[in-house]
Amino acid sequence: MVTKLRSAVGHMLLYGLLGVVALFTLFPFLWTLRTALSTAGSVFTFPPRFLPEKAGLGNFTEVVRTLPVGRYFLNSVVLTVYGVTGTLAVASLAAYPLARLDFPGRNLLLLALLGTLLLPNEAGFVVNFLTLSQLGLVNTYTGVVLPSLASVVGIFLLRQAYLAIPQELVDAARVDGASEFRIWAQIVLPLSRPALAALGVFSFVAHWNSFIWPLVVLKDPDRYPLAVGLLYLQGLFAHSTRLIAAGTVLAMLPILAVFCFAQRFFLRGLEGALR
Amino acid sequence: MRGSRALPLASSRPLLRPRLRTALVAYLFLAPALVLLGVFTFAPLVFGTLLAFADYNILRPPRWVGLENFRILLEDPAFWVALRNSLRYLAVVPAIQLVALLLALLVNRRLAGITLFRAAYYVPVITSFAVAGLMWNWMYAQHGVMNWVGLRLGLLPRPFDWLNHPTLALYAVMLVTFWKGIGYYMVLYLAGLQALPQELLEAARVDGAGRFRTFLSVTLPMLRPTLLLCTLLSTLAAVKVFEEVYVMTGGGPFGQTTTALLYVYQKAFQEFRFGLAAAAGLFVAVIGLVLSLLHVRIFREGGLRPW
Repeated sequence: MVTKLRSAVGHMLLYGLLGVVALFTLFPFLWTLRTALSTAGSVFTFPPRFLPEKAGLGNFTEVVRTLPVGRYFLNSVVLTVYGVTGTLAVASLAAYPLARLDFPGRNLLLLALLGTLLLPNEAGFVVNFLTLSQLGLVNTYTGVVLPSLASVVGIFLLRQAYLAIPQELVDAARVDGASEFRIWAQIVLPLSRPALAALGVFSFVAHWNSFIWPLVVLKDPDRYPLAVGLLYLQGLFAHSTRLIAAGTVLAMLPILAVFCFAQRFFLRGLEGALR
Repeated sequence: MRGSRALPLASSRPLLRPRLRTALVAYLFLAPALVLLGVFTFAPLVFGTLLAFADYNILRPPRWVGLENFRILLEDPAFWVALRNSLRYLAVVPAIQLVALLLALLVNRRLAGITLFRAAYYVPVITSFAVAGLMWNWMYAQHGVMNWVGLRLGLLPRPFDWLNHPTLALYAVMLVTFWKGIGYYMVLYLAGLQALPQELLEAARVDGAGRFRTFLSVTLPMLRPTLLLCTLLSTLAAVKVFEEVYVMTGGGPFGQTTTALLYVYQKAFQEFRFGLAAAAGLFVAVIGLVLSLLHVRIFREGGLRPW
C-alpha cells in the first residue's frame, strides 16, 4: 500500500517535471499560434492574455491576400524540392561505389570525405559566394542549392545502408550480366528505401529552414523563400505582428507535418543510422 | 572488407581490363559529388586561406597584401568584441549538456506518453532560426511573456528591454540556443544510453548499488564516447554561433552582441571586404581547431574522471 502510494507520487512528480520542460519548449509556438488566431484587441497586453479575445482564421487569409506570403511559400516549395531531389540523387549515386566497388583511391576518398566533416571551413561561405558570382549564379535557385547539394553525411548514411545488402543478390545480378548502373537502380536503391527516406526527411527540414544562404545569394525579394521573406516583412511592417505570426505558423506547418510522420528518424538519432 | 567485396569475375579474366572498367564506372558514379565537393568544399579550403592574405572587393582584382588583414583585425576593437562574445558563448555549453543528459535519463523509460514528451522537446530543433528568432523576439518584447514572468516572480522591478541591453542581450540570445539545442543532444544521449549493455546495469543493481551510485560508477563512464561527441559538437557550435544572433539582435545594440562569425558575415556581405572576412574566418577556424584538440585531450587524459 505504502509502496504503491510512493510510486504514484513518484509518477506524478515525474509527469510534472516532464510537463514543465514541455511547457518551456512548446510555449513560443503556442504563443505565436495565439497571436496568429487572435483577430481583435491588442497583441501585447499587460498582463498578457493567454487566450485570444476573438479567435478566427482571418489573419491567415489576410496575410496571403495582402502580403506576398503565398508567393514565398511556393518559392520555399520549389527550393526544397530542388534541394531534396538533388541531395538524394548525388548521395545515392556516390555511395554506391564507396560501398560496393573495389577501385583505386577508394580509401583515400573515404578519408577525404571524413575530413570535410572535421576540418573547419569558416571562410568557405565567403569563397562560395565569389565562386557563384563568377559562375553567374547569384540571384538564382541553383546558386542557393548547389553548394550544399553534395551532403557528406548523406553519402555515409546511404553507404551504410548499401553495405547491409547481401552480396549474393548483387553477385547473382552480375552473373546475369546486369550493368553496375542497373544493379544500383534495380536492386540497391529499392532495398535502401528506409535510408533514402531518412535522408530525404533530414534534407527537407534543412532546405525548408535555411535562410542565411538564400539571403546572401538572392537579391530579388520576389524570389525569397518563406523563412527569409518573413524576416524581410518583419523589417518592413513592424506593426503587423498578427500577420507575421500567421506567416510564421504557415512556415512551421510543413515541418510539423513531416515530423508527425517521420518522428522516428529524428528521435532515433542520426548517429544511430550512421553506426 | 576489400577482399569480400571484390568482383567475383575478376579472378577468371586478365586483371587490368576489368579493374580499369570498375574504376571508370566507380568514378562515373562519384562524378557529381566529387565535382560539387571539389568546387564548394575543397577549393574554399585553399582559396579561403589565400584570400585571407589578399585585398579583394569584386570590383578590382585581388591584391596580395601579406599580413595586412590580420593587422587590421587585431587593431579593430569590434573584432575583439566579437571574439569575446564568441568565447562568452561557451557558457551555454555546460547548461545545454547538463539539461540534455538529465532529460535523456528522464525520458529513457517505458511510460505512457513518453514519446510525446520526447517529440515536444525535439520540435525546437527542427524549427528554422528565422522562425525561432521571430517567436523569441515576441517573447522578449516590452509587454512580452518573459517580462511578465520576471515581474510575477519578483525578479524584475520593471519590464526590461532584453535585446537592447549591451551585456544581457547576449545571454538572452543564449537562452534561445539552449531552447533549440537541448532536444538535439537529448536524442544523442538517449541513443548512447540505450546502447549500454543492460547486464552491466543490472549487475550493479544486484550488487546493491543505488540508482545514483549506478549512474556515477557505471552509466557515466560508459557514456564517455557520447559525452565527448556531444560536448565537442556543442563547443564548436557555440564558438561559431551566428544565426540566432543575426535574427535576434543583428549584433546590436552598438555591435555589443556581434559574434566572430557574424563579424565575418558583416565584413563580407555588408562591407564587401572579402579578404578581411576570410582572415577573420581563418581566425575562427584556428580557434575551433585548438578548442577541439584541447577538448579531446582533456577527455583522454581523464580530466573528466572524478569517479
